[in-house]
Amino acid sequence: MPAAGSASAEASHERRVAVRRILRHRGIVVGGLLLLAMVIGALIAPFVVGDPQELNPIARLMPPGEEAWFGTDHLGRDIFTRTLHGGRVSLLVGLSVAVLASTFGTVIGLVAGFVRSADGPLMRIMDGVMAIPAILLAIAMVAVTRPSVANVVFAVTVVETPRVARLVRSVVLTIREQPYIEAAFASGTRVPRILLRHVLPNTAAPLIVQATYVAAAAILIESLLSFLGTGTPAAIPTWGNIVAEGRTYFQIATWIIFFPGLFLAITVLAINLLGDGLRDLLDPRHTDR
Amino acid sequence: MVSYILKRLAATLPVMVVVALIVFSLLYLAPGDPAAVIAGDMASAAEVAAIRTKLQLDDPFWVRLLAWVRQVAGGDLGVSIFSNLPVSLLIKQRLEPTIALAVLTMVVAIAIAVPLGVLAAARSGRWIDQFVMAFAVLGFSAPVFVLGYGLIWLFAIELQWLPVQGYRPISDGVGPFLRSLALPAITLGFTYTALIARITRATMLEVLAQDYIRTARAKGLAQGTILARHALKNASVPIVTVIGTGVALLIGGVVVTESVFAIPGVGRLTVDAILRRDYPVIQAVLLIFAAVKVLVNLTVDLLYVVFDPRIRY
Repeated sequence: MPAAGSASAEASHERRVAVRRILRHRGIVVGGLLLLAMVIGALIAPFVVGDPQELNPIARLMPPGEEAWFGTDHLGRDIFTRTLHGGRVSLLVGLSVAVLASTFGTVIGLVAGFVRSADGPLMRIMDGVMAIPAILLAIAMVAVTRPSVANVVFAVTVVETPRVARLVRSVVLTIREQPYIEAAFASGTRVPRILLRHVLPNTAAPLIVQATYVAAAAILIESLLSFLGTGTPAAIPTWGNIVAEGRTYFQIATWIIFFPGLFLAITVLAINLLGDGLRDLLDPRHTDR
Repeated sequence: MVSYILKRLAATLPVMVVVALIVFSLLYLAPGDPAAVIAGDMASAAEVAAIRTKLQLDDPFWVRLLAWVRQVAGGDLGVSIFSNLPVSLLIKQRLEPTIALAVLTMVVAIAIAVPLGVLAAARSGRWIDQFVMAFAVLGFSAPVFVLGYGLIWLFAIELQWLPVQGYRPISDGVGPFLRSLALPAITLGFTYTALIARITRATMLEVLAQDYIRTARAKGLAQGTILARHALKNASVPIVTVIGTGVALLIGGVVVTESVFAIPGVGRLTVDAILRRDYPVIQAVLLIFAAVKVLVNLTVDLLYVVFDPRIRY
C-alpha cells in the first residue's frame, strides 16, 4: 500500500475517532442540541410567529393554553412570540461578546506575554478592570452611554476581556520558554511570525473553552442589565426585559416571568455544558476544576 | 513574613489607582457634555449649567481627577445630585441589610458547600457525587433574578412559608429577620455554593489520592478523622481562595437580589443611582465595592500562611 494512501486513511480514521469521542460526550451532545434548538428558534422567530409588540387588549393576562401557548402579558402581547424573539438579542450579545472579548483579550495577552515592558502596565489595567464587580461596571457603563444593544455589547466586552487576556498571557508565558520558540528565534524568525505561527495556535484550545464561558456570562449579564432597566431598550423584547415588565404582575401571572426565565436558564446551561465538554476533550490534563 | 505583607499591601496600590481612574473617567465615555448626561433629557440649559458649576466640569480633566482623589482619600465621598445628601450618609443608611444578607449568605453557603464537596469526593462516582456535579453546573447557569422569582413563587406564594419581599431589621427580632432574609440568601448564595462545592470536591479528590492518606487508612484511622484532619486540612488553600474570589459573585449578586426582594440595601441604592444618573453615588459605590474585593483578595493571600504552615514567605 502506498504511503500517502495509508496516511490519509489514518487521518480519516483519526477524524472518525474524534467525532465518536465528541458524540459520546453527554454534555456536548445535550448542550449542543439545546443550544441548536435555541439558535433555530431565534433565527426563525420573525417568520413563524407574529409581531412581538402586537397588542391585544381583549386578551390581557391570559394563562398559557390553546390560544397562547405561554400566555399573554398585561397588554395582551403573546409571551411565546416575545420569548422566541427575546432569544435573538441574547444570542447576538453572547456571540458578539465572545468574539470581541476573545479577540481583544488575545491581542492584549500576546503582547503582555511577549513584550516584557508592556506586561506590567497592561496587566495592572486588567487587574483594575477585574477589581470592579463585572455587573456593576457594566451597568454603570451602559447607564452613562445610554441603553442600546451596541452599548451593552461594548460594556460586557470591556468587563470580560481581562479574563481572556490573563488566560492567553499565562499560556504565552509557558510557551515562550519552550525550546522550539528558542529555535525559531535562533533561526532568525521575526517576532510577529513567531506569535502568529507558533504561539497563537497553542492558545486555541483554552481560548475556545474560555470563549464559551464568556458567551454564557455575557448572556447572563445582558439579561441582568435588561432586568434592572439599564440594558437593551424596553422597546426590544429580551428575556430580561420581559421578566422586568412581568414582575409587577408576578403574583397573578407567573407565566410572564417563568417562560423567558426558563429559556434564559436553558440557554446558559447549554453553553456551560458545551464548554465543560470541550474542556474535557481539549485539555486531557484537566481534572475537573 | 513582614516584608511579604508589606509587598502584598503595596501591590494593591496600583490596582486601586487604576480602579479610581476607571471610575472617574466613566462619565467621559458618553459622547457630548457630561453635565448634560447627568442632567438627563428633561433638563433645561440653566440646570445643565448649574451641574457644570457644581461639579466644576470646566476645569481640565487632570485637575478634577486630582481634586477628586484628594477628596476621596480624605474620606469625603461627595454629595448626591438627586437628594443633596452626603453620599457617605446614604451608604451608611443602607449598609445594614446588605451586610446582613452578605454575611448570612456566606455562612450558609460555606456550611453547605464544604461538607457537600467533601462527601462527593469521599463517595466519588456515587449518587451524591453526581448530585454535586449536576448542582455545580446548574449553579453556574441559573440567572439570579429567575431563581429569586422561582423561590418566591414556591415558598411565598404557593406554600406561604416565607414573606414575598421586604426586609426586617434584626431589631425586629431574630425570627422575622431570618425569615425575611431566607429566600434572598438562597438566591444570592446559589452560584457561590456551587462554586465552593465544586472546588472542594476537586481538591479533595486530589488530596485523597495522596500516599499519606493511604498511610492513614493503613493505620486504621476512622474515615471521619481522615477526611477532616488529614484531607480537608491539606485541601484548605484552594477552598479558602475560592471562598475569597467568590465574594465578587456576591457583590454583583447583591445588586440584583436586593432588587428582586425589595431590600433597601446598598445594591438597591446602586441601581437607583444608576437609573437617576446620580454620578457621585455611582462613583462612590463602585469604588467601595472594588475596595472590598481587593481587600478580600489581600486577606485570602495573608490567610494562606495560617491554613498551610508549609507556605513561608
